[in-house]
Amino acid sequence: MRYLALIYSADGTAPEYGSPEWGAFMGAYAAAGKTFHERGVFVAGEALQHTSTATSVRVRDGKTETMDGPFAETKERLGGFYLLDCKDLDEAIEMAALIPSAAIGTVEVRPILELGE
Amino acid sequence: MVAAEVSRLLRQDRGQLLAALIRAVGDFDLAEEALSDAVEAAWVHWARSGVPRSPKGWLLQVGRRRAIDRLRRGQRFRARVPELTIMLEEDEAARADDAADIPDERLKLIFTCCHPALDRKSQVALTLRTVAGLSTREIARAFLDTDTAMGQRLSRAKTKIGAAGIPYAVPDRTEWHPRLQSVLTVIYLIFNEGWTAGAGDAPIRDTLCCEAIFLARLLGQLASEEPEIEALLALMLLSWGRRSARHRPGAGLVGLDEQDRRLWNRDVLEEGLSVLDAAVARGAPGPFQCQAAIQALHVQADGPEATDWQQIVLLYDRLLRFQPTDVVRLNRAVALAETGALALASAEIKSLAVALEDYQPYHAARAEVFRQIGDAKGVALALERAIELSQSEDERRWLEARRRALF
Repeated sequence: MRYLALIYSADGTAPEYGSPEWGAFMGAYAAAGKTFHERGVFVAGEALQHTSTATSVRVRDGKTETMDGPFAETKERLGGFYLLDCKDLDEAIEMAALIPSAAIGTVEVRPILELGE
Repeated sequence: MVAAEVSRLLRQDRGQLLAALIRAVGDFDLAEEALSDAVEAAWVHWARSGVPRSPKGWLLQVGRRRAIDRLRRGQRFRARVPELTIMLEEDEAARADDAADIPDERLKLIFTCCHPALDRKSQVALTLRTVAGLSTREIARAFLDTDTAMGQRLSRAKTKIGAAGIPYAVPDRTEWHPRLQSVLTVIYLIFNEGWTAGAGDAPIRDTLCCEAIFLARLLGQLASEEPEIEALLALMLLSWGRRSARHRPGAGLVGLDEQDRRLWNRDVLEEGLSVLDAAVARGAPGPFQCQAAIQALHVQADGPEATDWQQIVLLYDRLLRFQPTDVVRLNRAVALAETGALALASAEIKSLAVALEDYQPYHAARAEVFRQIGDAKGVALALERAIELSQSEDERRWLEARRRALF
């Protein structure tokens, strides 16, 4: 089953860029990515730019409206994702727990709606 | 005759039949529907041709066939019909339908129902529905929910199991202990829900306590040599055996120190003690073992004055290492007061004031310590607050009786 792991954390909770802690944090991300590949669960994964760069788009009465900012202003922001193909939810939870941001924020694991099932 | 046999089987074996069907069809809802179909068929066929030699095997076989029928007819599983049909046929071919050959899949069922990806209340409801076989209505009554709300909760939980890929499996070694604790917590919650319910709800209260004891026994059979399962069973038996002394008609709850010990059920208590001995002998203490040992000391004492409070304080110290919570600290302080260390106990209780401000037992415990110190005004204020916070009629009556006895 495919799962999307959505990575949320609040501003200022990740180590400062360039600090030794930052290096360790990125190292842990690299290690998690390596495990995902070795376990054969990795499908895709990206980090996102800050929510201040987000644009929200809606179409109303055929007209495109844009709004500066993310869909919802929350303390914890979506900062990245992995798409993982796992045996079951237990494996998906095990993999999500390897994402370093899980230790400072929250990783939401959502099963992909597979059409045709 | 047939009615009695069907009822007995359903009561006793529903969990096992359902667990086997879920394994065969891979879907909670489909398995439940197929089992209902099989039961309906049993009413008709058994009335006509008598109860078969292996009623359980008969129900399972018919259940599997009805599941295939439902698969072929229904929209929901259309895409999976070929795959599921093969699964079912293989499952049927793989074993003769003798009751002895039906593998017990209930351990998987229990762990799936108590999976941490489900919220606690859903875990409890689903375990009562599928493993213990209570009806949705009974569960709704026990938790003061409407039938509709409870039905929706159960349905959401079952949908999530399928849609989110919660595995129908016993967790492996690395996950075993935390997952087992989750299962034990669910069972103990069921027991406590029954234990603390009001007197007006006596039948459903007893049902919940008995179901929890049944579940702990079942778990013990399915996963033997687990001291925490034994300890939980012992803990519940050591409470359950005192049930008759705990209520006085018209007076509500009776505290442990005022109970007529002749009303205790010695057989149940003896079983609790011997199950606890078995757990202790395995040399792996856990939170339930500490709690059961505390209850054992209460039960073994000849009276409130003869209770070994020193030992109870030590057991609370141990329990605190597993469960460093304010409620455990409060219980420890109460035991400490009983040893005569009033100043220490009083200081401990004071330090919990903010954390437990709205917790009725906190104020009842404060009142007790104030009583021992001889602070009449403190007792009055604490009891008043406890009465304000009491959740059930029984609790309120018990506290008011305490107040009357003192003033």
